[in-house]
Amino acid sequence: MIPLSWYLIFSAALFCIGLYGVLSRKNSVAILMGVELMLNSCTINLLAFWHYYVQVRQALQMSPLVFAAIIFTVAAAETAVGLALIISAYRKRQSIVAGDLDELKG
Amino acid sequence: MNTQLLLWLIPLPPLLAFGVIVLGANRRNGLSTALALGGVGLSFLASMVVFFRVIGIEDLSEHPIGSAVNWLPTADTWLKVGVQIDPLSAVTLFFVAWTILMIFLYSVGYHNFGQPKGDHDVPGLPPHGATVKDGHGSHKVMSIEPMYARFFALISLFAFAMYLLVVSDNLLTLFVGWEIMGLCSYLLIGFWYAKDSARKAAVKAFLTTRVGDMFMMIGLAALYSITGSLSYQDIFGNEAVMHALATTTSPVFGLSWAGFIGLLIFLGVVGKSAQFPLHVWLPDAMEGPTPVSAMIHAATMVSAGVYLAIRSFPLISAGWEQGAPLTVPMVVLTAVGAFTALFAATIALAQNDIKRVLAYSTISQLGYMIAALGMGAYVAATFHLVTHAFFKALLFLGSGSVIHGMEHGVLHTGAHIDPQDMYNMGGLRKKMPRTFWTFLIGGFALSGFPMVTAGFWSKDEILSGAFNGGHIFVFVVLALSAFLTAFYTMRQITLTFLGKPRTKAAEHAHETPWTMTVPLMVLAVFAVSAGWAGIPEAFPGLGGLLPNWFEEFVGSMLHNVHGEVHHSLVPLFTSLVVALGGLLLGWLVYRSVDRADAADPMAEPLGLAFVAFKKKYGIDELYQLIFIRPAEWFAETFTYKWVDKRLLDGILHSIARLGILLGGWLRRSFDLPVINGGGNGIARGTRELGSAMRGIQSGRIQQYMIAAIAVLALIGLAFYYLVFMA
Repeated sequence: MIPLSWYLIFSAALFCIGLYGVLSRKNSVAILMGVELMLNSCTINLLAFWHYYVQVRQALQMSPLVFAAIIFTVAAAETAVGLALIISAYRKRQSIVAGDLDELKG
Repeated sequence: MNTQLLLWLIPLPPLLAFGVIVLGANRRNGLSTALALGGVGLSFLASMVVFFRVIGIEDLSEHPIGSAVNWLPTADTWLKVGVQIDPLSAVTLFFVAWTILMIFLYSVGYHNFGQPKGDHDVPGLPPHGATVKDGHGSHKVMSIEPMYARFFALISLFAFAMYLLVVSDNLLTLFVGWEIMGLCSYLLIGFWYAKDSARKAAVKAFLTTRVGDMFMMIGLAALYSITGSLSYQDIFGNEAVMHALATTTSPVFGLSWAGFIGLLIFLGVVGKSAQFPLHVWLPDAMEGPTPVSAMIHAATMVSAGVYLAIRSFPLISAGWEQGAPLTVPMVVLTAVGAFTALFAATIALAQNDIKRVLAYSTISQLGYMIAALGMGAYVAATFHLVTHAFFKALLFLGSGSVIHGMEHGVLHTGAHIDPQDMYNMGGLRKKMPRTFWTFLIGGFALSGFPMVTAGFWSKDEILSGAFNGGHIFVFVVLALSAFLTAFYTMRQITLTFLGKPRTKAAEHAHETPWTMTVPLMVLAVFAVSAGWAGIPEAFPGLGGLLPNWFEEFVGSMLHNVHGEVHHSLVPLFTSLVVALGGLLLGWLVYRSVDRADAADPMAEPLGLAFVAFKKKYGIDELYQLIFIRPAEWFAETFTYKWVDKRLLDGILHSIARLGILLGGWLRRSFDLPVINGGGNGIARGTRELGSAMRGIQSGRIQQYMIAAIAVLALIGLAFYYLVFMA
């Protein structure tokens, strides 16, 4: 039986990796991947707590599963939009380096 | 319809006509004519129905027909307004309805309805004629009045006011109608407002009558505050009220309240009916179109003044019995009336303008009525009011017809002569036969031509009232003015119609259209027949053949004055002699005038007196000197230059200067440092802060994110330590 804390530690590690990726990578696609990692670490958290709840209460609970499915869907949609944006930015500026996209500089 | 309702409805159609013409039909002459004529036609029909319904009623004077409604709430009671008809208003309604209808019909022809538009006509001036081209080339014809619809609108309003005045049952609505007529007379006298003289005449008429109206209003206010009512029945029909008014003493000259109020109201009458010394406006008012002269100065407005005087006779005669000495207000009335009668008659002797002669004769005849009323000859005054309205309307309309015919001649010949000057006329008898015969009837009625004309009967009654009442001096004055009346009337007829034409224009004068001559004929019938209603019973020969209906009907208005009037033959012979003598003499003297520039045959024998007559005794100049000049000086020098320019403007300028000083100080010490400085400071601060913060805004999403996470972490730590650990 894997204890709840393992899941949570794994989830936190995954989140930090994602965060690091978002903050440090120059490639926009890589940043998007980091965002996905962070999102998925949240899903892991959600499922871990669901599992824990079912074990403790011995009762069936479906809503967290549905919730997790919705998050997947949202993540897929988000990736699609994000990639579309990146492609659009690339067409305009011939670059997908996040540091170059600084038109809002004050 | 019952009589009460009809009475309410009588004044309304002309008012509606006025409103509709002003709002909707002011460019459409045909429609305006139809509306105006329809309006007065309806009023006329209603008036006739009412008149013939009430003349048979025995006790109409004690129980007048009418109704009243609550109108204005005063402290603990209501001010009522209403309508009523009693013998006096019935006969007034009769002549008012007839003359107004005839004048309206006449106006259609007078303002050249159906004629083409003028070549150079402008609003505010009389029409100048139009050029018409036909098979025979072009020639000049009369042109339509440029402000045709406006005329009918105004005169409809006028008719409304007169009807309102006659049917009202109280002095308040009477006063309302009275003032509307004042306004209308101002507008109509100044109808041709582009003429300077017309404008001046309009202002003069308005202001002069205003003098009287002010006193009248004081009188009404006094009456209301004493009796708490203005209704005829409540005051004149109530013996207790009348007795109280007659016996309490007012603070002025020791007169009774009744006498004092009567005198104040009489001052209003003096203004409206153009009695000396407020007569000056009436001759000048001839500047208006002739139907207006007939309307205002013969049939309605001046009659309204006498109507009011007759109405307020109970006040004027309060405490008087038949045969007793006259009360003070009655003496005043008699003196003013008799003096005006003679005074105006003498002026009329020397006037050459055909309308002016009639204007002065109107003043003189109104003086007759006032004098008659002053001597207590109530019925005679009313009778003369009725007959005079008919024959004076006839004369005015006749003179308008003459002027119209002369204008036709003037247009035809192109000569520049005054179409109103009688010396330019002559021989119009053959050119304008219908006008001549009707004018002759009117003139004879005015002169009191014996037996056949209405004027004879009414004038004879006034003379006999004076003689039998023992007022011999008044009798002589009135007889003398009757003589002068006959004389100047015949002068007018002779100069205008008899003899040979004295100018080219007179040779080419032309009879006027049927819309003008038919009213003349109708009025001529009344100028003769109106007298038959009041032939005295005691008249030798004719008396008693017809019942003296007028005396019975109107005489019943006097509740407490019932005296046997014995008839004497002296006044009868006097009126015969003065009328026939005046007419004959007038013809003898003036038939020899054969040139337009001839001197007046009376100028030589009368000498200086004639000059005085001609100059109207210089009353206008006197008023100019003692009232108008000082008033102008007061307005121009005192009020404008001193008070307005120096005092008021000085104060205002000082206030302005003070304001500027205060403003400057505030600007320097508050506005510039605090408001401006503060505003600039905020702006500068914002700008500096902006440039300082500018570096943070790198545009790099990852830096923002690091910052966001750092802040979030800080907040998380703070939260952790402050909330969970505390």
